[in-house]
Amino acid sequence: MDPSRKRKIRLVVALSAAVLLAAGLVYTSFSASSEAKEPSQLVNANPNQTYELTGDVVPGSIHHSGDQLDFRISDRDGSHPIPVSYTGTVPDPFRDGREVIVTGKLQDGTFVGERDSLITKCPSKFTTTTPGQSS
Amino acid sequence: MPVEVHDHDPGAVELTILGSALLAAALLCALYAAGAGVYGGHTGDRRWTASARRAVYAMAGLLTTAVVLLEIAFVRNDFHFALVADHSSTTTPTFYKLTAMWSSQEGSLLLWAWVLSLASSGVLFITRRRHREIVPWATAILAALGSFFIGLMIFKAQPFAHLDPAPAEGVGLTPLLRNPYMAVHPPMLYSGYVLWSIPFAFCIGALIARKLDASWIRTTRNFALVAWTFLGIGLLLGSRWSYEELGWGGYWGWDPVENAALMPWLIGTAFLHSVMVQEKRGMLKVWNVSLISATFTLCLLGTFLVRSGVLESIHAFGASTVGGPLLVLIGVVAVGSTVLIVTRLEQLRPERRIESLASRESIFLVNNLLLVGLAVVIFWGTFFPLISEFFTGEKHSLAAPWFNRYVTPIGVLLVLFTGLGPLFAWGRLSGGAARRLLVWPGIATAVTIAVLLAVSDAGSHLWALFVFAFAAFTLVALLGEFWRAGSTRHALTGEAYPRALATAVGRNRRRYGGFVVHAGIALTLIGIAASSSFQTNRDLRLQVGQTAKVGDYDIAYRKITADPENERISFAAQLDVTRDGKHVTTLNPARNYYPTQDPTAGAIGRYFMGESTSEVGLKTAAGGDLWTAFQPDLSSLNPAIIRGNRQLADLPPQAQGFAILALVQHYLDDPRPANFRVIVNPLVGWIWIGALIALAGAVMAAWPALESRRRLEAAYRARLGKELGTAGPPA
Repeated sequence: MDPSRKRKIRLVVALSAAVLLAAGLVYTSFSASSEAKEPSQLVNANPNQTYELTGDVVPGSIHHSGDQLDFRISDRDGSHPIPVSYTGTVPDPFRDGREVIVTGKLQDGTFVGERDSLITKCPSKFTTTTPGQSS
Repeated sequence: MPVEVHDHDPGAVELTILGSALLAAALLCALYAAGAGVYGGHTGDRRWTASARRAVYAMAGLLTTAVVLLEIAFVRNDFHFALVADHSSTTTPTFYKLTAMWSSQEGSLLLWAWVLSLASSGVLFITRRRHREIVPWATAILAALGSFFIGLMIFKAQPFAHLDPAPAEGVGLTPLLRNPYMAVHPPMLYSGYVLWSIPFAFCIGALIARKLDASWIRTTRNFALVAWTFLGIGLLLGSRWSYEELGWGGYWGWDPVENAALMPWLIGTAFLHSVMVQEKRGMLKVWNVSLISATFTLCLLGTFLVRSGVLESIHAFGASTVGGPLLVLIGVVAVGSTVLIVTRLEQLRPERRIESLASRESIFLVNNLLLVGLAVVIFWGTFFPLISEFFTGEKHSLAAPWFNRYVTPIGVLLVLFTGLGPLFAWGRLSGGAARRLLVWPGIATAVTIAVLLAVSDAGSHLWALFVFAFAAFTLVALLGEFWRAGSTRHALTGEAYPRALATAVGRNRRRYGGFVVHAGIALTLIGIAASSSFQTNRDLRLQVGQTAKVGDYDIAYRKITADPENERISFAAQLDVTRDGKHVTTLNPARNYYPTQDPTAGAIGRYFMGESTSEVGLKTAAGGDLWTAFQPDLSSLNPAIIRGNRQLADLPPQAQGFAILALVQHYLDDPRPANFRVIVNPLVGWIWIGALIALAGAVMAAWPALESRRRLEAAYRARLGKELGTAGPPA
């Protein structure tokens, strides 16, 4: 086989492999992803769908009962609080008022978080704070 | 705390003005250098190029002074500097005062511009008599980047903003960052990002000047290697910090900000390999200029992700003002370099073609494709929330399992190529030579698989088994390379074997340093595979006196202690660890509560409601770690805290201190069950041991050789090559 033809075949094989891989990537990412929602957007939530709930922890709502942690998450403006029950690791910065992300499903009005899915946004080094204000 | 206000102090305010003036002067130098560089490049007038270079030196001098000024303000607790008041306090330990500078966006920008100015000065000094066509343009690019970042500091995020009157006390450094790893992690990462701008600037210079041989690569090779090393150290320190400080036990979570640092590292790794192909064989030129442009664009993109908050990340760095300008810069860099590459395709033609698949260049090409593929997967996953929002109107995000599904197989293949690359010669490897080189690594692979299947349950974790087998291949292949280097020289010169090995390796540090890096990476990947596949992970709720079994260990919760200090209240658990009845170790995981400045927490509550951090109890051994984190349940204190907030608010701080001591003692007398997370993590320490070995290899490879030695070595290599009858000198 002459070399230029060989090169062409190689190129076609490589390109098709890349296209196949890319298609797999696109397909799996759309099927494996979870939707990010704030509590107010969960009103018409599908009970079988996994959501990524983001919002602020309602101050005074945190209760431990055994391994289970119950609290409420509201929209960032403080509206639409929704009860959350969760088990698993609680990150260090978790507390009243902190912005958190928890992955799970909505069951009978309560958002049931998957184990170990709670993420707290870092009280970051990059947020601006002034003396006297909480970070 | 009663807030007293310092008297108006004009001298101190002037210091902040001096800082801003230094930045303004540095900006002028940078702008001049950019203009003079372009003019020098355009006219070929060397005086302008030299003048541009000196302006870059001046920029470095001015920025150094600004950094020193700011650091002195941190050490002196000069709260006239808003940055000092916001990120430090009189009680912050001195070491963390020094590192608090880059815990802010403004300070990070200053650090970025400063490192850039130093690195630019360094490379321009080295090249002051070389590459006359490329250097003026490279100077202009570096100075333009400097102008951009200094401009951001002047117009968007001022590190020398002042407070007048100054507060008596600062906010202090976020407790989570009071960790040695976190103190060094940001400058490492930034230095990595910044240093990639050197090879990028020379690449662009070469494209503009149409001088597209390997000279720009040779000049900036060590800068690329150092950038790669710094970025790698930054990644590893970040992962170690996460492992020790976050009370989570993981070291990697596929968070956007982590991914943002990993992507340029991966593409940079590909670049470091493919430039060798251009140097030795004159191939892959388009690929190289594309890779370095992509690496630098990804570095900027990483900074943008960190700053802009466009993606949900646990590193939520608040909305910032520099996102917009950064996005513009990213656009200019990406579009500009693409246009330059497309218009120079004629000069970028390869000097020859790949002769054989059994050659180092084709192995490097496959390794490049794997690395780029890995980066593409991570890029897609990281930006998927934006992609899905664009197509469906809703933000969807991808979690760790999705990433693992793609990254694991590609990573496993990369382990194999880490061992294959060094074995193959440039050009073409004959069948006989291939058999000779592959036999021992092949045997090692087979033995590893057989032994692991016989004695462990590795059969149920096939990907991990592949990693171990391929890592064995790689390590044996690399050992073979060192053995051959020593014995060849031993045979040629009759030197004693260890001396022969040392000389042979010393004569070609770049090659053997690279091999050491490969060995380190193989060990790191063993650590990752073992700890992610064979980890035992338990969350426990224990009362003092109770015992639980985790893996082979019995964990007994003996007692709880407290250590109320000036800065924080620390609760610690004492855990006695035994295995088969024999004492193994005593661990003391602790949780530190830092007071908050939030007035709504109350006078007493503020000592318990602030940030808390974990000090994990860790027993490290070559076989693996036993990792424990502790979270006491302080909710029984709430009624007393609420009472205290009401009754003790007006007491002086000392009396409040006594009340807190009493509360802590009250808790210790009757503690509630505490939550523990216990992880048995096999071989996890090898992640960082391997990284240290890789670091040593990178230093070995990058250490500059004297010019005269380099010539001698080239002559020696040529002779050796002739005597051995191989095609071309070894890498």
